[in-house]
Amino acid sequence: MWVYEKKLQYPVKVSTCNPTLAKYLMEQYGGADGELAAALRYLNQRYTIPDKVIGLLTDIGTEEFAHLEMIATMVYKLTKDATPEQLREAGLGDHYVNHDSALYYHNAAGVPWTASYIQAKGDPIADLYEDIAAEEKARATYQWLIDISDDPDLNDSLRFLREREIVHSMRFREAVEILKEDREQKKIF
Amino acid sequence: MAKQIDDEYYQLMGQIQAVDFVLVELTLYLDTHPGDQQALQQFNQYSAYSRQIKQVFEQKYGPLFQFGVSNDPGPRWDWGRGPWPWQV
Repeated sequence: MWVYEKKLQYPVKVSTCNPTLAKYLMEQYGGADGELAAALRYLNQRYTIPDKVIGLLTDIGTEEFAHLEMIATMVYKLTKDATPEQLREAGLGDHYVNHDSALYYHNAAGVPWTASYIQAKGDPIADLYEDIAAEEKARATYQWLIDISDDPDLNDSLRFLREREIVHSMRFREAVEILKEDREQKKIF
Repeated sequence: MAKQIDDEYYQLMGQIQAVDFVLVELTLYLDTHPGDQQALQQFNQYSAYSRQIKQVFEQKYGPLFQFGVSNDPGPRWDWGRGPWPWQV
């Protein structure tokens, strides 16, 4: 089971109401390389991955939910005081008529999240390579978000999340090496 | 009704976030380096420190965890009271 902890993994501050930025951040909420996709990908793959990396997939998958909560907090704080007119000007009019200011799992362009964003191949190397690629794509997305953002407080939290993608990628690469070594040893003995 | 949040809340929460970040980092590292005794020792040290400051936090601002993981809910059921993490 999972246990909720009433805290954010890292503080989220925003400078001002900024629905345009919130719209862009949705890419990491319900986008193909976003945090929801990451969490669901890893936690689903772990049932058929070799024992040696189940712990890693469980822990990174769990951390992704903490990142999802940080993104949700950013979007919530950036939009909570926005008027319908401000939302419309930010390109969120389509979102508003369907969801008011509620969050929804879609990307920056409003395309709803789909399971076809993620894969579970049952082949551990194929799955881990997908996971490494996912982390690198999420890292790149964070970089583009930092580049386009004009909110210094928000950028601090985005930089934290960008660094986490780098660490996750590194750990997944180590997991690949662990499985390769294991495979080599089995051939020898 | 959300509880009163003061400077100490942010100060303690910041400390918890910092210490728990060390634990997240060490957890992932130990997942791929389970034989590293020094990392394990560091993990144990920070784990004890985390428990200690969470106890201080929870006495003042209520339980951090649900389902009885925070063992002392206090004299009244406080879990449903804010602020929630996105509200501070």
